[in-house]
Amino acid sequence: MPAPGLVIIGGSYAGIQMAASARDSGYQGSIHLVSAEPLPGYQRPPLSKTFLAEPSPEYGVALRAEAFYRNKKITLLLGSRVAQIDRAAHYVQFANGEVLPYDRLGLATGARPIRPSLPGVDLAGVLTLRTLEDARRLHGELADQPRVVIVGGGFIGLETAASLRKLGHLVTIVERADRLLARAVSVPLSERLLSEHLDAGVDVLLSEGVVGFEGESGRIRSVITLTGQTLDADIVLMAIGASPRDELARDAGLDCSNGVVVDEYCRTSDPHIVAAGDCAVHRNLHADGDYVRIESVPHATEHGRTAGRTLAGASNEPYAAVPWFWSDQYDIKVQIAGLLHGETSMVRLGDEGSFSIVHMKDNRLQAVESFNDPIQHVAARKLIGKPIGLTTDQIGNLAGLSLVDITEAA
Amino acid sequence: MVNVIYRSHDGREDAVDLDEGTTLMHGAIHNGIDGIEGECGGSCSCATCHVYVEERFIDVISAPEGFELALLEGVACERRPTSRLSCQIIASSRIEGIVVEMPERQY
Repeated sequence: MPAPGLVIIGGSYAGIQMAASARDSGYQGSIHLVSAEPLPGYQRPPLSKTFLAEPSPEYGVALRAEAFYRNKKITLLLGSRVAQIDRAAHYVQFANGEVLPYDRLGLATGARPIRPSLPGVDLAGVLTLRTLEDARRLHGELADQPRVVIVGGGFIGLETAASLRKLGHLVTIVERADRLLARAVSVPLSERLLSEHLDAGVDVLLSEGVVGFEGESGRIRSVITLTGQTLDADIVLMAIGASPRDELARDAGLDCSNGVVVDEYCRTSDPHIVAAGDCAVHRNLHADGDYVRIESVPHATEHGRTAGRTLAGASNEPYAAVPWFWSDQYDIKVQIAGLLHGETSMVRLGDEGSFSIVHMKDNRLQAVESFNDPIQHVAARKLIGKPIGLTTDQIGNLAGLSLVDITEAA
Repeated sequence: MVNVIYRSHDGREDAVDLDEGTTLMHGAIHNGIDGIEGECGGSCSCATCHVYVEERFIDVISAPEGFELALLEGVACERRPTSRLSCQIIASSRIEGIVVEMPERQY
């Protein structure tokens, strides 16, 4: 029996990167990448965007080719759900009772869409969107189902609204907060995106909630709102956010607080276990050292890289990657560098068609939100967290200023 | 299939056959070639799939425009006249045998 090696639970961005980085930094033992999903890791961002108009075949969305796993000697265990972690005995046990011993364990279990227990939430046609299977189901339901109600005005909700509007569906967004993307973007960007969606013919109900769903023969027919409106719906997409899949870690007694708590090297409270990506909470430099849980592909990848080096016992640096996000809606590309965290002073650069909102904290660049302005975005990613020697007023007074010029001067 | 040669900044070459219609970024990722990150998955958002294309093909590949042109301003290594984002280059018989050189870094 070979010596136990690395076991990584979760085969998407963070898990794949963890495995690859462990191998690339010299790990010689076995690496098992365990996924509950039936196919190897795939690209998730297109699922709310281009995929809904034109679903791609499996090979078209695969994150890595089979050769990648083979070359790096990463053993994929697909369709395998881990039921528990035995930390004392160093093994994971699958739902079918089989066990797999580990020397070190990586958790990259991700997050799951929140499905509130509202009356009627189990009716056919009330969907969520996270996995390829979810996207296929949504796509499969679209034919002859014109009216779509999207609950939640976050990134998934807005991207899906844009995709479905382009396909000709009648789309209503119901958002609990008084503005779109309230947790993720500033007020001016929120307002601009609202007007884009309204112009595209999407109905947007703000400060409105959902209290239940009504159906006919087990199939969704309408959404009942907090203020008593009845919205006709052929399909409902619940897009009110995701919660971390941290139950394996919790059951095993690891420190968890809305996610698996990790340090700057992705170590959990057990020195033999790391965690990364959507399932992990960490103190982030770009959030004044506060605990955050970041849901994004770039973060999952970078966090996975740090975790993989820790798993391999390789030399490592504390996690410090500049967080960034992007979203495609209609012909708009929104890109955010840094985290909107705490009070900032802001200044807007650019014009109506293409602009960036620069957020400063003291004289540091805290975050930059770009609307069809990729040049500023790319420059901002190099400058976030650094003192740039200019105040917000000075930035605002410099006509035609580009962050690119500051990057070059820095 | 379209033969594409990825050359690392220190001269190592990997020749791979890509399906027509695949982007050169995906081709690199799917074949486990180091040197192209493609962090955004090919949505032209990140500028981490920068390559230098072989000069003899420069007129065959459509010129960069829009987001690609803007993002090329922000690439981590030197931008050259042959700089492209490999997520925007599609494998076709017109570029059979192309050599794309990868910069030293993408960040």
